[in-house]
Amino acid sequence: MGFLTNLINGISLGSVYAIIALGYTMVYGIAKMLNFAHGDVIMVGGYLCFISMTNLGLPPLVGVLLAVVGCTCLGIVVERLAYKPLRGAPSLAVLITAIGVSYFLQNSALLIWGANPKAFTSVIPLPSVSLFDGQLVISSVTIATVLVAIAVMVGLTLFTSRTKMGKAMRACSEDKGAAQLMGINVNSTISMVFAIGSGLAAIAGVLLCSAYPTLMPTTGSMPGIKAFTAAVLGGIGSIPGAALGGVLLGIIEIFAKAYLGTQFADAIVFAVLIVVLLIRPAGLLGKEIHEKV
Amino acid sequence: MSMLKITDLNVYYGSIHAVKGISFEVEEGEIVTLIGANGAGKSTTLNTVAGLLKPRSGNIEFEGQSLVGVPAHKMVSRGIALCPEGRRIFQDMTVRENLEMGAFTRSDSESLETRKRVYERFPRLKERRTQAGGTLSGGEQQMLAMGRALMSKPKLIMLDEPSMGLAPILVQEIFDIIKELNAQGTTILLVEQNASMALSIAHRAYVLETGRVSMSGDANDLLHDKRVQQAYLGG
Repeated sequence: MGFLTNLINGISLGSVYAIIALGYTMVYGIAKMLNFAHGDVIMVGGYLCFISMTNLGLPPLVGVLLAVVGCTCLGIVVERLAYKPLRGAPSLAVLITAIGVSYFLQNSALLIWGANPKAFTSVIPLPSVSLFDGQLVISSVTIATVLVAIAVMVGLTLFTSRTKMGKAMRACSEDKGAAQLMGINVNSTISMVFAIGSGLAAIAGVLLCSAYPTLMPTTGSMPGIKAFTAAVLGGIGSIPGAALGGVLLGIIEIFAKAYLGTQFADAIVFAVLIVVLLIRPAGLLGKEIHEKV
Repeated sequence: MSMLKITDLNVYYGSIHAVKGISFEVEEGEIVTLIGANGAGKSTTLNTVAGLLKPRSGNIEFEGQSLVGVPAHKMVSRGIALCPEGRRIFQDMTVRENLEMGAFTRSDSESLETRKRVYERFPRLKERRTQAGGTLSGGEQQMLAMGRALMSKPKLIMLDEPSMGLAPILVQEIFDIIKELNAQGTTILLVEQNASMALSIAHRAYVLETGRVSMSGDANDLLHDKRVQQAYLGG
């Protein structure tokens, strides 16, 4: 049963990584930038939900909703103020700005909410599910996380393949100039992607804090880096790749923790990334980049 | 009044003065071609009209209204479509999705209606509608790029090097289609390195040389002009 429990926990943790990685990969796809502040949006989402539930006494669902709305707005504002003025700037400048935004968000959180960890109450107040005469206990958060991740994947797939805006997003990811010639407003499409990515980060933040209920200003950085790793592992820019990379990474991490020791787990996770990139530099589902002459 | 009127247009790439005071006009219903060697400023001019590049000075008027400062994504709804150099179709999107993007600013029902017409004109696109754009042959990609530009039902369509990289038989086919489009009422501004083909279908032509208009006039006259023949027609 231990194996099965680990597998389920791995899939659940991986689902959170997948949701975060989707934001990374979509933003990279369209803006060709690594938004290293993405992880900190998770933390902001966690705090917004925490305040709504604990300080304002609102029901969990409203808390989640407020977190999503808040982070969506945050994503749009960050893009407008920090990244949009740098469109066309060297990618190093954008990267450094993203790291700056990351520190800005962390320290703002430190200033507003303090350094003391907050005890997050799960947003899913349901009992655990017990199977095989109690040998396998699955918490309601674990189940909810996996279900939400599936719903997000299905939703995003439908969005990018069926809707006009979703297709416009793909068009911008491929060729911004040609997309403009079609009448697509590239700037507002990029804003939309940041909004979607940040909204997803909020959901991931709430789920993550429900499973691991300590909330601090640095809560988002490690999951953010792991999700970035997941996006690269799956092939950055690829939506199915982010999902696959996320779930794989979650499973590897939990198994490494269970069988090789907690201190070792993160090293294993990143070692896997290095090995995969040595064999498939574009990631598992990523496309080879052809340089046009 | 001309449909498109360019007056004293100056465009820079950084410090490179690519277009040096070009002026020309396109009347409604015409095929006008800009010919000239590589680097003469032909594509730069089209990209500037399309709003992808900003002119340093000069004026661009379309149907009496200035286009200077209008962002590229607003051009389609004004009635201008650019079929860019190198086709630039969306490789990972299907033929059908590429066409849908061409009608981005229009309603779904209008899009569907125009798509039917585009499929009638380019039956091969219909056959390949579920294939990714990147899997098409060069000629098919050119047809897709033209079909995509037609999806917005433009009044003026600007074609940048439509014959580039195509086999002679396909070049002929593409030029036949351009003539047909024009016969059905679309005004065409054509940029070509294949000067003889371009001059043979155009009404009027402008010869560009290092960013300036060096000659202009009736396309047929230019086709038989000694200087043009020597410089651009291998004669």
